[in-house]
Amino acid sequence: MLAIEWPRGLTALMLPDTIHGPTSIFSPDGTPAHSVFGLSMLVLSITLCIFLIVAGLLFYALIRFRHRPTDINALQEPAQIYGSNQIELSWTVVPVLIVVMLFLATARVIYSTEHAPKPAASLDVTVIGHQFWWEYRYPKYGIVTANELHIPVSDRKNPTPTYLTMSSADTNHSFWIPRLAGKMDLIPNKVNTMWIDPSEAGLYLGQCAQYCGTQHAKMLQRVYADTPAEFAAWIAGQQKTAVQDASASEGQTIFQSNACISCHTVAGTVATGRFGPDLTHLASRDTLASGAVPNTPANIRAFVDDPAHFKPGALMPPMHLNEHDLDAVTLYLATLK
Amino acid sequence: MATQSPVNAILDETTSSSTHPSALQILHDWLTTADHKKIGLMYIGYALLFLVVGGFQAILMRIQLAIPNNHFVSPQAFNQLFTMHGTTMVFFVGMPVLFGFGNYLIPLMIGARDMAFPRLNAFSFWIAAFGGFLLYFSYLGAPGLSGAGSAPDVGWWAYAPLTARAFSPGHSTDYWTLAILISGIGSIGTAINIVATILCMRCPGMKLSRMPLLVWIYLVMAMMVFVTISPLTAAQIMLLLDRYLGSHFFDTQAGGSAVLWMHFFWVFGHPEVYVLILPTFAFANEIIPVFSRKAVFGYPAMVAATVAIGFISLSVWAHHMFTVGMGPGANTFFVLATMTISVPTGIKIFNWLATIWGGKIHFTSSMKFAIGFLFQFLVAGLTGIMLGSAPFDWQLSNSYFVVAHFHYVLVGAILFMLFSAFYYWYPKMTGRMLSEKLGTWHFWLFVIGFHLTFDLMHIPGILGMPRRIYTYEADRGWMMWNLLISCGAVIQTVATLIFVYNLIWSYFKGPVAGADPWDAWTLEWSTTSPPPSYNFAVIPGVSSRRPLWDLKHPEDPDSNYE
Repeated sequence: MLAIEWPRGLTALMLPDTIHGPTSIFSPDGTPAHSVFGLSMLVLSITLCIFLIVAGLLFYALIRFRHRPTDINALQEPAQIYGSNQIELSWTVVPVLIVVMLFLATARVIYSTEHAPKPAASLDVTVIGHQFWWEYRYPKYGIVTANELHIPVSDRKNPTPTYLTMSSADTNHSFWIPRLAGKMDLIPNKVNTMWIDPSEAGLYLGQCAQYCGTQHAKMLQRVYADTPAEFAAWIAGQQKTAVQDASASEGQTIFQSNACISCHTVAGTVATGRFGPDLTHLASRDTLASGAVPNTPANIRAFVDDPAHFKPGALMPPMHLNEHDLDAVTLYLATLK
Repeated sequence: MATQSPVNAILDETTSSSTHPSALQILHDWLTTADHKKIGLMYIGYALLFLVVGGFQAILMRIQLAIPNNHFVSPQAFNQLFTMHGTTMVFFVGMPVLFGFGNYLIPLMIGARDMAFPRLNAFSFWIAAFGGFLLYFSYLGAPGLSGAGSAPDVGWWAYAPLTARAFSPGHSTDYWTLAILISGIGSIGTAINIVATILCMRCPGMKLSRMPLLVWIYLVMAMMVFVTISPLTAAQIMLLLDRYLGSHFFDTQAGGSAVLWMHFFWVFGHPEVYVLILPTFAFANEIIPVFSRKAVFGYPAMVAATVAIGFISLSVWAHHMFTVGMGPGANTFFVLATMTISVPTGIKIFNWLATIWGGKIHFTSSMKFAIGFLFQFLVAGLTGIMLGSAPFDWQLSNSYFVVAHFHYVLVGAILFMLFSAFYYWYPKMTGRMLSEKLGTWHFWLFVIGFHLTFDLMHIPGILGMPRRIYTYEADRGWMMWNLLISCGAVIQTVATLIFVYNLIWSYFKGPVAGADPWDAWTLEWSTTSPPPSYNFAVIPGVSSRRPLWDLKHPEDPDSNYE
């Protein structure tokens, strides 16, 4: 089927290098993104042909039939032609045939993606959108994490796709990792599903694609496709309760005696809030604030001091801790591997 | 068959008043007028005012996005800018300018002395104008004067539940809701007026099948306004009930449905696109034939295609919702409906091509903009097919590709054709020609700016850039494109300023136009420029679609062929 298996070499000729990138829909990896890509190449080729023909005729007509003041007949009106049923019928029927063809190719990709049989070895993850961060739950493993989604690589012979069950805790959001699949909205009071199956290990980027409030722009996404061994190790690490590091006990006390615990969970401690991201393994993540900044002690400190520093409009209030307490809490959070 | 001459300006023996009215009298005259021409001009002036405001907002957004992580405006100010820009351009530029041209031209083209309900006409204008100013009052008044700057920031679709009081406290969303509710009343009033005028006020001999295509298309457009404004108004009332009387239509925290709002909004929103673009097809159907010196090709097919677009456009709304999770069945249906509408649209493009074919094309400023419209509308239609292919849309939806696509429609097609209409009918409205020299500058600068901005804007969408973000990451490869897009916006601004200057300069200094500067064929060119308040001294009679052609070519009148 043309719409699914587009010859790669031809694509390389058509698409210059600038069209590839970390979030380009023309650098697909994984089945859903590849089938959309194949369809899009078909649609692009047909529309390009239509454009060349119609624009070419139009351009020719503009040159050929321009008014020439020096002509002998310049003052005479041209022959008046009021229409032609045959010609008009032909430019009705041909577009109808093109539409039928495009519709069938499109319907095929819709069903092959949305009605794909789910393999037994697939992983289930629940995705919950929040203003302005992502909550990821792995029901089978009892893991809750935020903003950085880890999934196993899926190979074609033994597919291990990840099925995402999605909803929202507040406003609408949209899950979009362009290299893995098209987007799917996260809507409160509605459960949507989609699936992704990256074929190569690595980091896939994206961001919220439905306007969700003031900080929509910094609701970034990171999907890590891990090898089976990496993924098993990550799962084992996330299943543990929080590290209790004696050197950070002062920071822990300050954390637990402030409002932090109303919104954040640190598994194995009194912090069981659910409004903000789970911090049990905060230090194991690469970024803070939904991908806004790298996860460094300096950035943790600045974020706790005033989240608006990186994300004006973020719902976490500035904590107004003194310098000493701020250092202690930063030290504590940085130990949560 | 012709019983009366359509050219009656020469028969007009009414003496014009020679006294000069005072400024107060002029003001009083305009504020209390029920003359369709003055109301039409006020609609157009009002729309031009908001075009400048909305364009200014666009420039601010483009400065912010020119480089990544820019701090030119705050996130909230940016969100207000795109909300106000979209709302302004659709409701307070697009609708009024098209109603303005319709108001001005329809009675003149059907040989009538005014609209059917002149006082309703004035009411509709003033209530719509009030809506626009109410929306902008939000910048001053939202949560009291201390909250200056609290304009709505929910996007021009105002998706639930972002508009619920939990997420949108204060009154900014209420200004948005009320402004659109109120201007919707004006739109309905004008639509009633247009339908009644076209059905009841035509001059002797003007059967439906002899109406100029502009009038036909305005008839279809006005019918669509009834169908589209109603669900929008209903949804706005439901939203007000949710916010203030405790109902839960869209209140997801109490079991309401966010998707319900989407359906209500887009069952308005998509036909609205056709409400905006049909009148520009109407202008093209008058302007392209005159400057090609040929009758429009396939008049009956053009009418049929317009009616078909009107009906099919009512069944395509959920192609804005392919990523909402409607399921494969609904997605497939809306793919088919969406692609089907390209057939009647294609007929129109082909018929315009056939109109030009074999003609003698005069490249006036008006025709240049009409040719720009043809090319750009073709591209906009083709990117529309890409977006209508649901899986492609799963990737492109809500990305800058969509922004590029609909600006191709709204600027590349609608605004270009509007400029064309200005150059074509300005002589009729003012009695003066617009400067062709300034028009040429305006055209080429605008073409360059337009293509720099909106051709390139497709690319960041393909590279994964979502719309409605106030800033973006530096590592995504979007910066070069955004910088060039912003440069194009500046060029478009310069071109628009040249146009505004041309409008003002030519009003005082332009060459005198005379009644019929383009050697055209429809009735508005048979009366003086500008027309007297009563339009025609003697009601004309027609015996074909081009009464002035018949008059100029008595040896070979159109009535022989229709």
